Amino acid sequence: MDTAMKKLPPKPVNLKKRLLHWGVSIVTILLIVWSCTGIDFGGIKATAGQIAGAIFTGIFNPDWSYVYNGTGEDLVSQLWSTICIAFLGTFISALISLPFAFWAAHTRHKKWYVSRTGKIVLAIIRSFPEIVLALMFIKAVGPGSAAGVLALGFHSVGMLAKLFSEAIENLDDGPNEAVTAAGGSKVNIIMFATLPNLLPALISNTLYRFDVSIRSASILGLVGAGGIGYPLIIALQYRQWNRVGVILLGIILMVIVIDWISGWIRKRLV
Amino acid sequence: MNSAKQADLMTLPKKKLKLLNLVWLLLFIAGLVVSTNVTKTSLGALFSNFGQFAEIFLQMLHPDWSYMPAVIPLLLETIKMAILGTVIGSVFAFIYALLIARNIVKNKVVTGVLRVIMNIIRTIPDLLLGAIFVAIVGIGPVAGILALAICTFGIVVKLFYEAIETIDPGPIEALTAVGANKLQIIFFAVLPQVMTYFISYCLYAFEINVRASTVLGYIGAGGIGLYLQETLQIFDYPKTGTIIIVIILVVVLIDYVSSKSREALME
Repeated sequence: MDTAMKKLPPKPVNLKKRLLHWGVSIVTILLIVWSCTGIDFGGIKATAGQIAGAIFTGIFNPDWSYVYNGTGEDLVSQLWSTICIAFLGTFISALISLPFAFWAAHTRHKKWYVSRTGKIVLAIIRSFPEIVLALMFIKAVGPGSAAGVLALGFHSVGMLAKLFSEAIENLDDGPNEAVTAAGGSKVNIIMFATLPNLLPALISNTLYRFDVSIRSASILGLVGAGGIGYPLIIALQYRQWNRVGVILLGIILMVIVIDWISGWIRKRLV
Repeated sequence: MNSAKQADLMTLPKKKLKLLNLVWLLLFIAGLVVSTNVTKTSLGALFSNFGQFAEIFLQMLHPDWSYMPAVIPLLLETIKMAILGTVIGSVFAFIYALLIARNIVKNKVVTGVLRVIMNIIRTIPDLLLGAIFVAIVGIGPVAGILALAICTFGIVVKLFYEAIETIDPGPIEALTAVGANKLQIIFFAVLPQVMTYFISYCLYAFEINVRASTVLGYIGAGGIGLYLQETLQIFDYPKTGTIIIVIILVVVLIDYVSSKSREALME
């Protein structure tokens, strides 16, 4: 047999690419090594395993008297108020997002800086910590679910308007032109060309955001803005590990059910 | 053409009102009413107290720059936490995704059970994980890193196993045909097709982690959030403003760099 057949031809070498790969890998490794410095890994509590075990026991042996007792302080009512916060917050943010989305969509403006400034504003809203926003609203409307609703409503605009503006950018110009060609006014264009094409994307994005809002709403309680987070932080402070387990179980179930429902609706929309 | 016919042509065809859409609309309105009642949200209260809200905001807009030197070390700790959380989480996600991809592990029971576990892990929000880890391992960045690692795991594993399942089966079949074992198939047929995706997903998770890590300190899980909590507690809003501006700058910068490198990677 010909020995030349057994050898594969050498791989083509692209020096520039190889150098780049090596450079990036070295920088990444250096970054990882740097981040290990100065962090004290030894400070783990000796009881860590015991506490984790207690929380797990709570998940598998829920304290049923806490699940529902009709006082309004039980797990089910807290979860229900969490869902309500997320629902109303998402609705408010969808309303606020629409004008922002048209502002940030670059296909809507002739001048590039208009949409660019819109995008920067949205990036700033996105990066403004939700918890701080919640605390500011607590100052304005007092502690409770209302502050959570408002914080969610304003914070979600950053992400939702971004998704909306991408949907607007992806819009086909054809229907608009057709309506214009048939003599339609600006209002007609929006009513008969833009909205019908845009609506499914808007609803789908809003539902997606609702999934995220459910998770956020369960966090906001940590600072006193209503929802399931508050009983959780109290249970953690009083070391009621079983209760922590039950609440976790409740949150997991709630998120799974909501994800499932909104996924089902989104599938039907498409 | 008589005028009646012409008028008929001029008007738009009437849309059929779908009953189902009406039901959805009613459900939606009911949802709004119920949730307004449950949360006791009233826009009146917001507008009457809007002055207070605006005042805090205005104070934050006059940041106290002399606070910067104190902020920087914790900012670095925050970034360190995000990096470590991403690395730890994605290493586990890498292995786990290979175990739940149905074109690699053929046993449906194994992949099914592992997927249920993955979906459960994905449901818990980052800050709640942070609060729980603070209770378990104690106050400090380690709690934050663990919380971030689990979040990263949840994000990367889902995206990565979906990427693995959509690869071209040709190379796998070719390697099976020449008698390669599972590890060889993974190394020479699967990974070359999905590695860029994996790195891209890790960067994406890193962006999310940077955002999340900035508030983890609020509940004692390390990082810059600690100062956020301290300054808010003593109502020192100019200092809070400094921290928030620093956070926004870092987040936007890292987002930009990371999304640019993801674009370059995917070319």
